[in-house]
Amino acid sequence: MSAFNAIGEEREIDRDEFTPGVEPQPTWCPGCGDFGVLKSLKQALPEVGKTPEEVLTVTGIGCSGKLNSYLDTYGFHTIHGRSLPVARAAKLANPELEVIAAGGDGDGYGIGGNHWIHTARENHDITYIVFNNEIFGLTKGQTSPTSPKGHKSKTQPSGSAKTPLRPLSMSLNAGASYIARTAAVNPNQAKEIIAEAIEHDGFAHVDFLTQCPTWNKDARQYVPYIDVQESDDYDFDVTDRREAAEMMYETEDVLNEGTVLTGRYYVDEDRPSYQEEKRAVGELPDQPVAERYFDDDAEWERSYDLLDRHT
Amino acid sequence: MSDDELIWRIAGGSGDGIDSTSQNFAKALMRSGLDVFTHRHYPSRIRGGHTYVEIRAAGHEVQSRGDGYNFLLSLGDSFARNPQEEAYYGNEEIKPLSENLDDLREGGIIVYDEGLISEEDVADLDLEERAEENNWHVFPMDLRGLAKEHGREVMRNTAGVGVTAALLDMELDHIEDLMSDAMSGDVLESNLEILHEAYETTKAEYEFEHDLRAPEGSHETEQALLSGSNAIAYGAIDGGCRFISGYPMTPWTDVFTILTQNFPDIGGVSEQVEDEIAAAALAVGASHAGVKAMSGSSGGGFALMSEPLGLAEMTETPLVLVESMRAGPSTGMPTKPEQGDLEFVLYTSQGDSSRVVFAPGNIEEAYEQTRLAFDIAWEYQIPTIIIYDQKLSGENTNVDVEFFDREPEPGLGATLTEEELKEAAHDASGKFERFGYDDNEKNVSKRSLPGQKGGRYLATGNEHSPVGHISEDPDNRVYQMTRRIEKLDSIREELDEERPSNQTYFGEEDAEYGIITWGSSQGAVVEAVQRLNESGHSVKGLSVSDMMPFAEQEVTEFLESVDEAMVVEMNATAQFRGLIQKELGRFGDKMTSLLKYNGNPFEPAEIVEGYEVNLADEDREPTAQVRIEPAAGD
Ligand SMILES: Cc1ncc(C[n+]2csc(CCOP(=O)(O)OP(=O)(O)O)c2C)c(N)n1
Ligand code: SF4
Repeated sequence: MSAFNAIGEEREIDRDEFTPGVEPQPTWCPGCGDFGVLKSLKQALPEVGKTPEEVLTVTGIGCSGKLNSYLDTYGFHTIHGRSLPVARAAKLANPELEVIAAGGDGDGYGIGGNHWIHTARENHDITYIVFNNEIFGLTKGQTSPTSPKGHKSKTQPSGSAKTPLRPLSMSLNAGASYIARTAAVNPNQAKEIIAEAIEHDGFAHVDFLTQCPTWNKDARQYVPYIDVQESDDYDFDVTDRREAAEMMYETEDVLNEGTVLTGRYYVDEDRPSYQEEKRAVGELPDQPVAERYFDDDAEWERSYDLLDRHT
Repeated sequence: MSDDELIWRIAGGSGDGIDSTSQNFAKALMRSGLDVFTHRHYPSRIRGGHTYVEIRAAGHEVQSRGDGYNFLLSLGDSFARNPQEEAYYGNEEIKPLSENLDDLREGGIIVYDEGLISEEDVADLDLEERAEENNWHVFPMDLRGLAKEHGREVMRNTAGVGVTAALLDMELDHIEDLMSDAMSGDVLESNLEILHEAYETTKAEYEFEHDLRAPEGSHETEQALLSGSNAIAYGAIDGGCRFISGYPMTPWTDVFTILTQNFPDIGGVSEQVEDEIAAAALAVGASHAGVKAMSGSSGGGFALMSEPLGLAEMTETPLVLVESMRAGPSTGMPTKPEQGDLEFVLYTSQGDSSRVVFAPGNIEEAYEQTRLAFDIAWEYQIPTIIIYDQKLSGENTNVDVEFFDREPEPGLGATLTEEELKEAAHDASGKFERFGYDDNEKNVSKRSLPGQKGGRYLATGNEHSPVGHISEDPDNRVYQMTRRIEKLDSIREELDEERPSNQTYFGEEDAEYGIITWGSSQGAVVEAVQRLNESGHSVKGLSVSDMMPFAEQEVTEFLESVDEAMVVEMNATAQFRGLIQKELGRFGDKMTSLLKYNGNPFEPAEIVEGYEVNLADEDREPTAQVRIEPAAGD
């Protein structure tokens, strides 16, 4: 039987296919940036030619984690911070799946930080969208790893003493081969970037700025968002590591001050994905491992064949 | 204590090649027709530090280490020296001799390496006096010098084996064969030279007054020398496992390594990842995407896995985890066995848990139950845990090769094909009712795999509706929760009715007294029961493997059939006895405990003694390292 591989079917894919026909309605607050991510994903997926069945979205916990509840693909809503290891393995098990992981800044940069660094280092061929609202949303507004220094919350009542994390630079240093930042308030750019990230072979990290009007009143949803690629003032080569690093550094400094730059920061098309590297050293079979279970002709080696060295 | 057995102990510094030497010697003994059982003692140090391996060999079945031993090959700890030949850690070089004398049986043989162990040090040991007292036969040999002369110093192990063979009157052919399998060229040549030289010199120099000889035996079928880790790895392969993810931790690393090394040839995927949370989460992800997946760890690492374990339970993702116990709490004793994680494995992770736990007691059971674990996990969409320990993991025994001659079982259990999905229930928007109310034979609702047409659904660690939407609807909650929990009843029923029992019985069927044990303590208990019956007691034994769902019926019948029972386990808090009482709600006044938790596994004699003190009411104190826990009311 052909259990896998819905791929290859020639037809127009409508974005409505990614919208569940019945419940649930999103439980996000009015004005939440998360709606923007959902929308751009729904627009991007048909554009890259994926049917809902070929896509597996894996999310963590938080308001962001609800993403795949409102998206009609295969989905796995995992546990806090663990979307990446689940997503990585699904891709290794069946490389034909389009695997998209998503989560919040607390989820991905905080509790799941270790997984993020290592997924980037290994350059797994998955897309990772982080809903960066600089706050813990679902647990009611505590300070997150990207909250600005001095940010006051119930758990940092005197203002946070912590310097915020620099997600783009972190990802670059860790080894991600596609790094971009976009924002819910830039819908056209967001759609484009998400589509590009999905098509990229390797770890594509999109830091998606999502305002949280409920808990992060200081959210800069009204400040100007400048697309770095469109602006002559910010001319740099996105394939050059050093230039990208410098741009990220500057941007991440001013992020909390007013102007917000979005766009692609780093694109390395040459670096092979982890899946390719693993296949090259003989650690990943050519045929998706998951398919073998449905292949009537597959040969299943027995432990009996392995006993020679023990006799 | 039977006389027709050889228990050979090779002692030296870890990193001195003791493992490979003993492995080869054990194989040579097996090939000569004997049954063998190895026991390894090692410190948590990579190089240096006193370590030994014991090989017990006999013409009859051996299932445990013996009581003491009768042949010591003491090599000297070469890592106690620095390259300038000065002692590194004080007097450590002599430890392989000095640390091993207490357990050497009367009439035993000692061979020590004069080349490494100095005369003055030996004088401090009063070796001569002790030898006279115990009728030991002492053979100082310059093994190091001999090895240096014909090759390199490290080959002194080979010289030691040559001396052993001479003293026991063994033929060298099996040892030579194994050497030629393992090495070639100059290295092989030097080793063979050393082997023969040592053999001849010993024969020429000494007259043997001792009567210890290599026992005789023969096997009717071909045998393989395997560890518990091998058995688990092979059980996984035959169970269809083609994905493993892990993070190293002793002793779980063995299973991880064996599968990793075999997977490229048989089309599997292995991942070493950043931590154990990731390791188990990867196994969940791979299984979700349609591969039979496994992960595992030892206590500390398993602690981190409790999150993904719960996720697998809630999402009904099939999965096999192995937990190779070592002495705890916390990092505990990394290289010492204990059976202290039973309660942890049964109950870790939040909420009402629904998982299956098997505790194999020997190598065959380890293979069998790992296969079964895969079968049950995929048939019932439930995580299954194999709990074992450092002892079972590392001990090597000979097993009939034919035992493994079975077809693999790669089936994905309760997973639908695309054809079947067409017939399955969907909601109004076309989502597959993966956790539906209709299709739940044996409390299982069949699943789809990402990529399949017509199978879209959401898997979530939150409570969820039939299509997987987060749901706090009370009726749905009760339905889903009950179904997940009641899977254990369905599994129990299947294990009772359709599968051969996982429990092992031994001793005399109508005996008055019972000894119950679990996991790797089985071997020593089997032997103790045998000895007790030979000496006129009336005892039978039960080794239990089904921890969850618990082997309720079998344990009840066993306990009802005896007047009193002793529960033997390697931990300080009688965890297994507690489980029996919790599961059966009675027998508290019928059971006493024999507990050992000093880092060394039971010796049969300790169990015999425990029985005598506990059940036969002999008025004496048991050995210091063993604790007796009296019976308590229900
Ligand atoms: C192990 C664990 N710790 C804590 C929580 C509680 N928790 C739920 S969401 C959340 C924070 C999420 O913040 P973020 O990732 O920024 O997502 P947002 O809600 O802002 O989208 C926390 C701490 C949990 N569910 N699990
Ligand atoms: S709490 Fe914030 S992040 Fe969560 S839904 Fe409301 S606005 Fe969005």
